[in-house]
Amino acid sequence: MSPAFRSNLLQIGLPVILALGLFMPDWAIFLGIISLAKGLVVLGLMLLWRTGLVSFGQGLFYGAGAYMVGILPQYLPITDALLLVLISAVAAGFLAFALGFLLRRYREIFFAMLCLAFSMIFFGILVKSESLGSTDGFNVVETSYLGFVPEEPIVMQRMLYITAAVVAWFACLFVNRYLGSTMGRLSRAIKDNELRVEYLGFSAKRAVHFKIVIAGTMAGAGGALAAIAIGHVDPEMVWWIQSGEFVFVTILSGVGNVIAPLLGSVVFEILRTFAIEYAPQAWQFVVGGCLLAVIMFLPGGLWSLIERSKEGKDDGNSSR
Amino acid sequence: MLTATAILIDGLIEASYLFLVALGLTLIFGVMKILNVAHGSFYAFGAYASATAIGWWFASGFPDYGSFALMFAIAIGLGIIFGLLLEVGLLKRMYGKDEVIIVLVTFASFLMLEDVIIWIWGGNAYFAFEPYSLLGDIQFGTLFYSNYDLALIGLAVALAAGTWLLLNRTAKGRLLLAVIHDTEMAAAFGINVKRYFTVTFIIGATLGCLGGAVMAPKISVAPGIGVEVIVLAFAIVVIGGMGSIWGAIIGALVVGLARAAAVHLLPEVELFVIYAVMTLVLIFRPEGLFMRQKARKI
Amino acid sequence: MTAILRAESLYKSFGAVNAADNINITIDEGEVIGVIGANGAGKTTFVNMVTGYLAPTSGKLFFYDRDITGFNPKDATEIGICRSFQIPQLFSSGTTFDNLMIAMGIAEEGTMPFWKPLATDERAKRCEEILARYEILEYRDQIAQTLSQGVRKLLDIAMASVHNPKMLMLDEPTSGVTAAEKFSIMDIVVTALKQQDVTILFVEHDMEIISRYATRVLAFYDGRIIADAKPEDALADEQVRQFVIGETVHAPVAG
Repeated sequence: MSPAFRSNLLQIGLPVILALGLFMPDWAIFLGIISLAKGLVVLGLMLLWRTGLVSFGQGLFYGAGAYMVGILPQYLPITDALLLVLISAVAAGFLAFALGFLLRRYREIFFAMLCLAFSMIFFGILVKSESLGSTDGFNVVETSYLGFVPEEPIVMQRMLYITAAVVAWFACLFVNRYLGSTMGRLSRAIKDNELRVEYLGFSAKRAVHFKIVIAGTMAGAGGALAAIAIGHVDPEMVWWIQSGEFVFVTILSGVGNVIAPLLGSVVFEILRTFAIEYAPQAWQFVVGGCLLAVIMFLPGGLWSLIERSKEGKDDGNSSR
Repeated sequence: MLTATAILIDGLIEASYLFLVALGLTLIFGVMKILNVAHGSFYAFGAYASATAIGWWFASGFPDYGSFALMFAIAIGLGIIFGLLLEVGLLKRMYGKDEVIIVLVTFASFLMLEDVIIWIWGGNAYFAFEPYSLLGDIQFGTLFYSNYDLALIGLAVALAAGTWLLLNRTAKGRLLLAVIHDTEMAAAFGINVKRYFTVTFIIGATLGCLGGAVMAPKISVAPGIGVEVIVLAFAIVVIGGMGSIWGAIIGALVVGLARAAAVHLLPEVELFVIYAVMTLVLIFRPEGLFMRQKARKI
Repeated sequence: MTAILRAESLYKSFGAVNAADNINITIDEGEVIGVIGANGAGKTTFVNMVTGYLAPTSGKLFFYDRDITGFNPKDATEIGICRSFQIPQLFSSGTTFDNLMIAMGIAEEGTMPFWKPLATDERAKRCEEILARYEILEYRDQIAQTLSQGVRKLLDIAMASVHNPKMLMLDEPTSGVTAAEKFSIMDIVVTALKQQDVTILFVEHDMEIISRYATRVLAFYDGRIIADAKPEDALADEQVRQFVIGETVHAPVAG
């Protein structure tokens, strides 16, 4: 993938997803929002994955963002969707920053387990909190868009879609820029040889911490968007099965490009929609089967298919 | 005082079944370095199969006490099936990949098995209380306990002792310890590591299934029991130290007692407290309470 | 002459083994120190302590009179003590070019370089110049994992040299390469480093290399320094001949 192609893809990205939002059939809008929301979480997991880190608890930040959207309007007169998403993202980012001081010390299975432990603590608190609706969760207030409160639900959904598209696009731009920076390029280096990174004068822990914060912030934004779209939050958003699903979509997408998580997320949501429609009893089986198939036959994820088809025209300066 | 006794006994009961599940998990991790998410499905399969079989056993009028042997038979049968299916059929192809990738492979297996359970048993709850009531009750002061629960504690102790004897008093067990300690070195000394992997996985799976099988008479066997138990087992294994058999005992006791204490004293923190302990252990003793940290040579 | 590094009563024990046993030494700016000693004599332990990988059991280390005891590798690197490794430590999945670029990025950017692109034309050009200086430019796009030992060694040293070190510690720069390559590697390294104002300490088993490149020799035995002199004097020392040279003839490999 040449850098030029990559940046072109990003530049045309926003108009394309925005246009999609205008012309998409009504039934697809919700699917689009959820794909973008979860795509944001996966984008963060991609950053961690590049350093060989797998978070089995990203639902923590996703759920934190979602519950922020639920709780915040109860105390402050904020109903603007974009503002809610931004505040929730920042809140989740702060949570990630705080937990990051511990998480950054761990690698491999220990990192995964500590993430799991943190998310399960949050889960344990949520299911026992009567005021937050325990296992049932609670409904989220209706949101406004720059002071405008659409009457028809479908207009509301389209407004939310546009909000999600803008947030996702900025996240992609940021991540793309970051991946080309010194710290971004350290991703793989830390996986390869952490000791050498230290001996070059950079703290690998700090680099990992930064990733944790970025991933947590984006997961918070994703959770906030999902909460507004669904109109409801519950502890399942924090549960380890949800976290596992995010990891699955990361593997499915591949980590070759910032667009990959969003595309992978769309594919996954379409797959889910059809599976629930036609084979509700086989949904987990299909997901599990796909995960196995990707690990065995397509280790680079779906993105590697796109990359392969581009290879002929490419300058060979493949993405790292 | 009464509460303290109740916490102690409830905690021990809880710890015994958790130990069965965690022992299988930690054995597989210790030998193969695989954190097996599908272990939760083994537990669930054991519970479902046991509940169905017990129902059939009593309906057919076979001798009542034979149902205990039936549970063991089911666990061993399922353990062999899963061992062959997952280890020989799937995991063998994955050795050499990243640890986390293999975790994902077992996670995928877990998801698939969850649906298989629904296909076989549907979404309804199963009950098989007969063996539970068979053994009657015992009274401690004003507290009543089922003898079945106490037998569970006995089973856990027996398994712990059996594992110790197997590992320390038999030649094969010592070779297994060598594999746990350093797989590459063991292979270099001519130990057939691959066979040990298969056997270990079958034993581990059997223990997972056994956990479910002996719990079936105590609980309502319904969808989701595997999901619940696997995270608990993770917590135990992390607390004790991944791959440490003695750690599994301590971990199960910590989790069992903590949970029982929470249920009796402060039900709001029941789940919270387990993962809080897990987190604290990861923070202060990341290799678990029973493992030594390794240094890197440059 | 200004002292760049000073060790005061440095001890390091691993259980019953004393890897450093009362080491007192002062190194001046501009010296080229050759460190010799049999395997397990404490050479690498000394390098590890100075560069922050190991903390001494007791004793103090000073860098330009600044107490650096207990520094970690990152802090040591930041103040100008860099090192290369006996087993080259590279980013195995990256190319030669990537490896050096990352080293340069870290050396040149601030503490949070998450925004400015690493790969600027200007930096790429300087990176190629350095690769050329170390005579490994032809391996620019080869994945580090597949490089030959000699190229790895040179790349490892090149990476250590870009953080503007005041002191560079080379742990067996010529181990694992053919006898013919040894001198050319040392020539390349010494020539390349001459352009930088840097004090060099290198661990070496080959006495010919020691006598050709070192201005001063430290001989380690059993955690102690048994000789500290000019090369010709050190190599003639009886203890050195008995404990160091006698053994290294038979065991020239890594310790």
